[in-house]
Amino acid sequence: MPTTDIEEVLALAARQAEEAEVYSVRVEDTPVSFEANKLKILQTRRISGLSLRLIKNGRVGFTASTKPEPAADLVDRALAVAEFGAEAKFSLPSSGVVREVPGYDPLVEGLELDAMIELGQRLIEKLRAYNPAILCGASIGRYVSTMELLNSRGGSVGEHKTVLSASLGGNLIEGTSMLDVWESDASCLASLDFDATVQRVIDQFEMAKTTGSLPTGELPVIFVPKAFAETLLSPLIVAFNGKTVQQGASPLKGRLGEQVFDPRLSIYDDGTLPYAPRSGPTDDEGVPSRRTPLVENGVAKNFYYDLQTAGLVGAESTGNGFRSLESLPGPSTTNTVVAEGDTSLADMIADVKEGLIVYQVMGAWAGNLLAGDFSANVHLGYKIENGQLAGRVKDTMIAGNVYEAFKERLQALGDKAEWVGGSTKLPPVYFRALSVATKQ
Amino acid sequence: MRERLTAAVRGRNTDYVEIRVEENDSTRLLFRGKDLEDVARTVNLGGCVRALVKGSWGFASFNDLGSLEEMVDLAIQQARLNPAGDNALARVEPVVDTVPLQLVRDPREVPLAEKVRLFAEYNRIILGHSPAIQTTQVGYGDSYRKVTLATSEGTYVEQEGMQIRGVLAAMARDGARIEQAHEIATSRNDFGAVEGLEDKAGRAAARAVSLLTAQAAKGGEYTVILDPRLAGVFAHEAFGHLSEADHVYENDKLREIMVLGRKFGGDFLNIADGADLPAHRGSYKYDDEGVPSEITPLIKDGVLVGRLHSRETAAKMGERVTGNARAVNYRFRPIVRMTNTYIEQGSVPFQEMLADVKEGIYAKDMYGGETAMEMFTFSSEEAFMIRNGRLAEPLRGVLLSGNVFTTLANIDAVGNDLSFEGGGSCGKGEQSNLPVGIGSPHIRIQKCVVGGR
Repeated sequence: MPTTDIEEVLALAARQAEEAEVYSVRVEDTPVSFEANKLKILQTRRISGLSLRLIKNGRVGFTASTKPEPAADLVDRALAVAEFGAEAKFSLPSSGVVREVPGYDPLVEGLELDAMIELGQRLIEKLRAYNPAILCGASIGRYVSTMELLNSRGGSVGEHKTVLSASLGGNLIEGTSMLDVWESDASCLASLDFDATVQRVIDQFEMAKTTGSLPTGELPVIFVPKAFAETLLSPLIVAFNGKTVQQGASPLKGRLGEQVFDPRLSIYDDGTLPYAPRSGPTDDEGVPSRRTPLVENGVAKNFYYDLQTAGLVGAESTGNGFRSLESLPGPSTTNTVVAEGDTSLADMIADVKEGLIVYQVMGAWAGNLLAGDFSANVHLGYKIENGQLAGRVKDTMIAGNVYEAFKERLQALGDKAEWVGGSTKLPPVYFRALSVATKQ
Repeated sequence: MRERLTAAVRGRNTDYVEIRVEENDSTRLLFRGKDLEDVARTVNLGGCVRALVKGSWGFASFNDLGSLEEMVDLAIQQARLNPAGDNALARVEPVVDTVPLQLVRDPREVPLAEKVRLFAEYNRIILGHSPAIQTTQVGYGDSYRKVTLATSEGTYVEQEGMQIRGVLAAMARDGARIEQAHEIATSRNDFGAVEGLEDKAGRAAARAVSLLTAQAAKGGEYTVILDPRLAGVFAHEAFGHLSEADHVYENDKLREIMVLGRKFGGDFLNIADGADLPAHRGSYKYDDEGVPSEITPLIKDGVLVGRLHSRETAAKMGERVTGNARAVNYRFRPIVRMTNTYIEQGSVPFQEMLADVKEGIYAKDMYGGETAMEMFTFSSEEAFMIRNGRLAEPLRGVLLSGNVFTTLANIDAVGNDLSFEGGGSCGKGEQSNLPVGIGSPHIRIQKCVVGGR
């Protein structure tokens, strides 16, 4: 069967449009999945496809395809929609000096299926050695991708990347009380710390052995890094998104340079961290990656942009133009890093007379993110009583507003940041008081 | 194609091999604020192979159809790497069938210019509604899909399908306060479903603006009445996911809890799921294992009477297949999914339901939902306080959460106004954005935890 030649597509498009760009990906994704303590299925996904973006009469045309087809078909489709497309506010980047950001490990690409099976079995055995009543699941993933980006202004980027991922969890039922715990990690390197993931799962099961109850009201609340990422980061990430700003929907619009948060809060978008899955030499438009301060010492510093959105507001792309195979590029974060504070997690807990420590939430997407509101069901959280953990709480909801919480209610930031899911690195955070609602 | 697929699955010395090949062709457009931000047409061609060898599964998916035979080998080889499998498939009659599109008005015959014009008008209505409207997301999409399934048991099914969807979202702003509201329209067969949405556009805009002055609910326990759209989300999130047999079939403890015959709710509570409903968002004739669709009663007169199965879970539990094995696309294997999940018609008029409530919350319009085993969370777009049997002051959207077992038991009234107006997209594991239908009349729940500030 014929395959589509990307250089031919680019050449043909460039003849008929002012600018053109071809984005092509080839992925081999190989997850090994365990369910109910056993190896369930071995899978291989080979994805290949390309998309074409062009500018014709000043307007953007776009098409994507996973089907081998003549270059002319792609170009015709993109031209047909360009008639209605957005007015292009950018020029594609020509080739420049791009710094190396390592993201490929031959040990990941060379990882044998047998070794992945063994690894998964070992993780499950460890969890079952802790408590054989836990019904365990796991997934070990090997991901190898090649991205090629060519444009009619001479821009050319190639990226070869590997990602090793692991997720592990289990389910424990006593009566009609259920406990479901999952943890995951990912890296471009084969040297992922699997034992740390197992330990995090075991710690949760251990802490959840007893139950506690809290009153409805305003209470001190600590978020561990994972819960911080799930609950509090999304409203901020949305507010700093150049698209939200351009639409006038960000509460931070026009407030760069202002002291919006407590001076202890600093947040960076950093696409240059070596071997982090969301890092790379450039974004998906060929703009070099960088480290962009979003918040520094509590001051709102920068929004993040792709080419088109930056063009619309008269800013520069920050190298945050990302896309899937079928979508136009849009502003998206790379790795989000929250600077460490000076308080240990143990000291935070010791400081609380009656309060809550949150490990995992559900439904955090449901708040009014644009207004900075968060609202979530505490899926895994524990009562703190006189500085000690005092049992798992259930039927508990927390709510607040990130702008108010990070300005008025921040008690402390943790002194040790942790990677969560391979794309955010952040410390625990402790608020003096947040709204907690419980079932009596 | 048929010859090649049937040849590829034949004589492989396995328990079972299936190939699915999928083609699709999609058009989309999105207005954000005053600009048409995205307009695109995408085409997809891909396939996958699933093989069962001595009780073990292997799976391979691909875009290069030229490598089909090689990918069959790969799936079989992967299945052989697992020596310890105990999986089997429930027996079904092989099916040979072709299911063509049956369209009232084919969106592919509507010129792109017409689609742009129509949605530009909805966008204009929202933007012009009030100076408080800050921006919009007004989008349209149609997606044609053809799936061909060939199995080593002799099944060969070609099914065509269409999904049409319009979304009208308004965002209103007053200083730092930002509120959103949205309306959707979906259809499986008629472009006409996204025409004439001017009123919906106006409603989305008006709701976003009115939310600007609504108060947040005070967190705590309330008597809650859900409108049909939100009650449908509740049926899906709170109960539907636990009815998926793959959560239960290898989990003995959960199996004891979800034992058929157990009483979960009042005698007036009936919940069902099924793809065999004409042209609903989650409807089809055959699932992705070639099993004919049906309607599966899940709760009848308050008692658990059924659950949703793939061939694999049905075999393991010794229950009947229900035609609920679905894959979101050719990149994934079929797993147990809901189709159209609904609470059946009850008898209590909405006004009567309201009249008994001294202080409570009326929650309306879906924002979203999530579930983890017995715990669920879902949220409304807007809400009202109920005081002394009447709707009182408007509230911002509320987040409702609870334990499915106590919450089902706390439903004390089911309305007489069943509606399938909602419908959305469901995510499970790594497979997100699966079209599902939801339906319900108004329902009332006692002692529901509401989050707020």
